[in-house]
Amino acid sequence: MKAGSTKIKETTQDRIFSMITLILIMAIIIIVAYPLYFVLVASVSSPAVVNSGDLLLYPKGFSLIGYNNILGNTKLWAGYANTLFYTVMGTLVGVSITILAGYAFSRSDLPGRNLLMGIFVFTMYFSGGLVPLYLVVKQLNLINTRTIIILLGSVSVYNIIIARSFFVSSIPKELQEAAFVDGCTNQRFFFEIVVPISKPIIAVITLYCAIAYWNSFFNAMIYLNDTDKYPLQLVLREILLSFQMMQQQAANGGGVVDAETLAEMNTLVEVVKYGVIVVATVPVLIIYPFIQKYFVKGVMIGAVKG
Amino acid sequence: MTKGEVAFDTQISAKEAKKARLKHMWILMKRNYILYFFLLPALLYIIIFNYWPMYGIQIAFKDYLPYEGITGSPWVGFKHFTKFFDSIMFWDLLKNTLSISLYSLVASFPIPILLAFMINYTKNEKLKKLTQTITYAPHFISTVVLVGMLSIFLSPRTGFINTVIEFFGGDPIFFLGQKEWFRHVYVWSGIWQGTGWASIIYIAALSGVSPELHEAAIIDGASKLQRIRHIDFPAILPTITILLILNMGQVMNVGFEKVLLMQNDLNLEMSEVISTYTYKMGLVNAQYSYSTAIGLFNNIINFCILIGVNRFAKKISGTSLW
Repeated sequence: MKAGSTKIKETTQDRIFSMITLILIMAIIIIVAYPLYFVLVASVSSPAVVNSGDLLLYPKGFSLIGYNNILGNTKLWAGYANTLFYTVMGTLVGVSITILAGYAFSRSDLPGRNLLMGIFVFTMYFSGGLVPLYLVVKQLNLINTRTIIILLGSVSVYNIIIARSFFVSSIPKELQEAAFVDGCTNQRFFFEIVVPISKPIIAVITLYCAIAYWNSFFNAMIYLNDTDKYPLQLVLREILLSFQMMQQQAANGGGVVDAETLAEMNTLVEVVKYGVIVVATVPVLIIYPFIQKYFVKGVMIGAVKG
Repeated sequence: MTKGEVAFDTQISAKEAKKARLKHMWILMKRNYILYFFLLPALLYIIIFNYWPMYGIQIAFKDYLPYEGITGSPWVGFKHFTKFFDSIMFWDLLKNTLSISLYSLVASFPIPILLAFMINYTKNEKLKKLTQTITYAPHFISTVVLVGMLSIFLSPRTGFINTVIEFFGGDPIFFLGQKEWFRHVYVWSGIWQGTGWASIIYIAALSGVSPELHEAAIIDGASKLQRIRHIDFPAILPTITILLILNMGQVMNVGFEKVLLMQNDLNLEMSEVISTYTYKMGLVNAQYSYSTAIGLFNNIINFCILIGVNRFAKKISGTSLW
């Protein structure tokens, strides 16, 4: 029956539509994937080929010289270690706080929750700004500490709302009432019943938090002075973008470096840059397809208002 | 019973109802007190890192002196605001901020919707999955890496974009060094990175459209374009409206980190926006009060736009944030 209704012959207009859609989708896939693919190819090509710009589809003059160079870069690996530390700690703090708060907000039998929610939501639309926050951190004596990098950004009201929406829709009221009739306390109910059935939301919040920490550089730039505390992204910024300045000067025809010395310095730098991008991004992009469904779930839960 | 007695009666019952409600609330609070402890860490965070800084906003109206502290510094009224409005930077900053963010909004808002329609009408499940996996991926690339990629791809000598341009007989373009190119590079790289991720929410909304509507439309001879126009589009209109409101509320907040990373002396004239200027004035030049005043100005405009757009949307379409 069903097959009969959907198998009505496609009109020419519809066929043209499908064709255009297919072509566009292909084009989009290529446009999005090609730069990523190119970085990978360039990172294993010989520096001379990379510098000539004569590289488009496959590795030429296969060479791992860029990666060899990266292996010896202690600063980069220190940044890696720092980022791992900040990511693990920050995610632990963030997820615990978010899940606890999200659950409490999901309980309709908690007096005052709307008022408190209002207090939280207001901060999504209005903030003190950069300098006032900086002064607070200064007053707390947290400048140039690892603590502030872990703390700042651990709590996001958006994530709390996502968690709350999840709990509202997936913890049946009857379950809670039955547990209370049996004399179960709130804390026992939460830790022994709610947490075990809430793995999806814990996964979503964990991933959101972890990615945010892994990719963040701004707080570190503002609050850290010691380079040995720098996270990966700040180290990357130095490697990837410090060179830009010199290029500009050369392009300007002035400055301290002339085009020739620049070219010499350039030979290795370009390949190293590609390698560094791969090293920094691959952990995230490798895990991503496996956890994609959780991320998508997060966006969808977040989309359900209220 | 007289009228007065009735009134008296209802008054008593209203009072009693209120009392009962309060008592019920008290019982709930006592029974669930532990949940307030669940909220405590988040509340502390919000108070310390969101509300405490709001107290510091007052230095926008003061001359902040570090040894006097926030409270002790002398009031100067709107001095810093007038200084900002009168400064030669003001109109440039406002122009750059608005043109970059409006350009970004206009160019990047519709594309995820189109992508969602295309994915929704792709029959082949594998192709559908592949498209989604690939287009979501750039979302996870950090801003630093993205700008790093831009700087090498767009390099006038070694970047592959310029290799392609030269191949077709054009002259290489120094994209990041020419100020006219800044906003285009900023906006279109943003579209490259964000379109897939932004489409998820529309794909979700589209999957909620009842298939019966489509079947009925097909039987009536509606083409795919007609079905998009009359079934799918109305179905996701509320989602579009909400996202548009949220985006409009961010109009003054250009992607601060990305702009900062993309800036250089050559494009600064068109790449300096209010938020980067706030950062430079405040934390680089240590003009705390001046920077706070600019930040506050920015924040208030944003807040007003959000409320205005929300009210407008509510009137027009009945969809709103609150």
